[in-house]
Amino acid sequence: MANKIRVATTSLAGCFGCHMSFLDLDERLVALAELVEFDRSPITDIEHASNCDIGLIEGGVCNSENVHTLREFRKNCKILVAVGACAINGGLPAMRNFIPLEECLNEAYLDGIGVENPQIPSDVELPLLLDKVRPIHEVVKIDYYLPGCPPSADVFWKFLTDLLEGREPELDYELVHYD
Amino acid sequence: MYEHLETAPNRDNLKRVVVDPVSRVEGHGKVSLLLDENNKVQQARLHIVEFRGFERFIQGRPYWELPVLVQRLCGICPVSHHLAAAKAIDQLVGVDPENLPVSADKLRRLLHFGQVLQSHALHFFHLSSPDLLFGFESDIGKRNIIAVLADYPDIGVQGVKMRKYGQEVIRMVSGKRVHGTGAIAGGMNKALSKEERDYLLADIDQIIQWAVDSVALIKKVHCANLPYYDDFATIRSNYLGLVKPDGALELYHGGIRAKNAAGGTITDHFDYCRYNDLIHEEVRSWTYMKFPYLLSLGKEEGWYRVGPLARVNNCDYINTPLAEAARMEFKAHSPEAMVHSTLAFHWARLIELLHCAESIKGLLHDADLLGGELVAHGEKRYEGIGVIEAPRGTLFHHYQVDENDIVTKANLIVSTTSNNMGMNESVRQVAAEYLSGRELTEPLLNNLEVAIRAYDPCLSCATHAVGKMPLQLELIDAGGALIDKLVKHGNGDIERV
Ligand code: SF4
Repeated sequence: MANKIRVATTSLAGCFGCHMSFLDLDERLVALAELVEFDRSPITDIEHASNCDIGLIEGGVCNSENVHTLREFRKNCKILVAVGACAINGGLPAMRNFIPLEECLNEAYLDGIGVENPQIPSDVELPLLLDKVRPIHEVVKIDYYLPGCPPSADVFWKFLTDLLEGREPELDYELVHYD
Repeated sequence: MYEHLETAPNRDNLKRVVVDPVSRVEGHGKVSLLLDENNKVQQARLHIVEFRGFERFIQGRPYWELPVLVQRLCGICPVSHHLAAAKAIDQLVGVDPENLPVSADKLRRLLHFGQVLQSHALHFFHLSSPDLLFGFESDIGKRNIIAVLADYPDIGVQGVKMRKYGQEVIRMVSGKRVHGTGAIAGGMNKALSKEERDYLLADIDQIIQWAVDSVALIKKVHCANLPYYDDFATIRSNYLGLVKPDGALELYHGGIRAKNAAGGTITDHFDYCRYNDLIHEEVRSWTYMKFPYLLSLGKEEGWYRVGPLARVNNCDYINTPLAEAARMEFKAHSPEAMVHSTLAFHWARLIELLHCAESIKGLLHDADLLGGELVAHGEKRYEGIGVIEAPRGTLFHHYQVDENDIVTKANLIVSTTSNNMGMNESVRQVAAEYLSGRELTEPLLNNLEVAIRAYDPCLSCATHAVGKMPLQLELIDAGGALIDKLVKHGNGDIERV
């Protein structure tokens, strides 16, 4: 196979369910490996996305590290895709947006049941939290959106094979879920 | 054992080394080391750097949303969160575990066996098998499931298909592979149809056979690498988990058993609804993950490990024959009452995978799955506690509601939290025994990764798990200047930049 397509994936403030759904391609993963090459992804050891054709992003943006990773992906991927509810609109983690961040931290580390030595973790090693969980399109330009919580393996398959075969990706009606 | 390395007595003039998986997709944890002028490790910590705030933001929601809300903590073990929450809200509608309809109880167990099977297959084959098959210090380009599929196609494809089978069990019971719906307060929302049952029955014998093969594989790998596999990252600890009333291995419902490092009983058949009398969690400033400990033993001595190693160590037997035979071999491997080898987590994990496959077969032949009463009702209560053995260990969900059924308080202790001290101790053991006094090298990095990976940690019970920790190592002097930096490149090369 002459030119494999380079695909990178990452999870920001997500639950990893979108990645699980990608792995739900099951045996189709073997076929996919013939067509694409995985760059930075949970299934490889590669650290920085570089020179990629497609970047798949799961999860919204909740801390400074997420912002950094997302910008790096935009810079290094020709096509950037928001995968799943969290990336598209913040998803479930964005439920914290209606509550002051301090209250969330207090609940977990000061006022929780059975908490000893109450204090808010504050070490320099911990990245700064954003006040709100943001959809990724507020930070960088996004080329495609794959809705669902998570999108099904068939969605990944249709999307990637369309691109690989030079078609404009299009999801059939029954593949589009907003669950 | 290595607690003295948690905090250096004097941080002046120490070099800071960060093993930071910033670029790792699921990288929400990192390791920091402080070294003296002879590269001797003075401090080593595993930090969990992500915070989400679930316990606060689910307050104000009606309780019946909980099983579908909290499963979004983790796309890898969503069913475990779904069921722990369901067990808690059963109590809110006045249904105790013994009053759950038989069909609902069995459907939930089937669902959970599917969950544990798929998660264990995922961790072993997609995540750890490259290390174990190619070696801890093999070429980075090799260390991924794609390379396993290319070089060991039989093993790789079997792993993919076992995980698929677990996912299909989940889909048949809950409608979707990830974040389905199945459990509701007091029961389940549907039974299994005959077609669904037959579909799952068709492949189960093959899955059991592959599970047997996997146990043989891990045993071979473990025993071929002795004494290394018994020593590496190994620490002596207490162990905690649920067991059945007769002491058998249990993944869905039971009493809490805790044993000490010598195998002596700390507590047995403890009612998990009183977990707050058994364990508390300590907060430390440098990580978002808390440190649970047994109150009776105190903060210093009371930490414990959970998950496959703890469960297989703690139980008296396993109630499926093939897994029980595998357990006997496993226990015979250790001269002590308990197996403390951290890498033996992998072995124990595959014994459980086999147990899940055998149990699924047993359940599929049970007519109760196909119908019968599915939901029980009772008197409203204001507090519910659900505990389950998730793939990674004991998982606690605790909720309080007001008279309008709105959640007013929540406490979640996820499995990986209970392994926090264990993972930190293993990191420190590796730091002290394998890399203290030596120059920074790539094997050093992978050794730390292998130690952490054995626990199958779900850092922030979500974002970790599938995959490796691509690393960048920076050496910074006390003044903050960068002295040395190592980077792993995509082609596997290590470069000093
Ligand atoms: S969209 Fe759903 S499955 Fe994907 S990361 Fe978010 S919660 Fe998880």
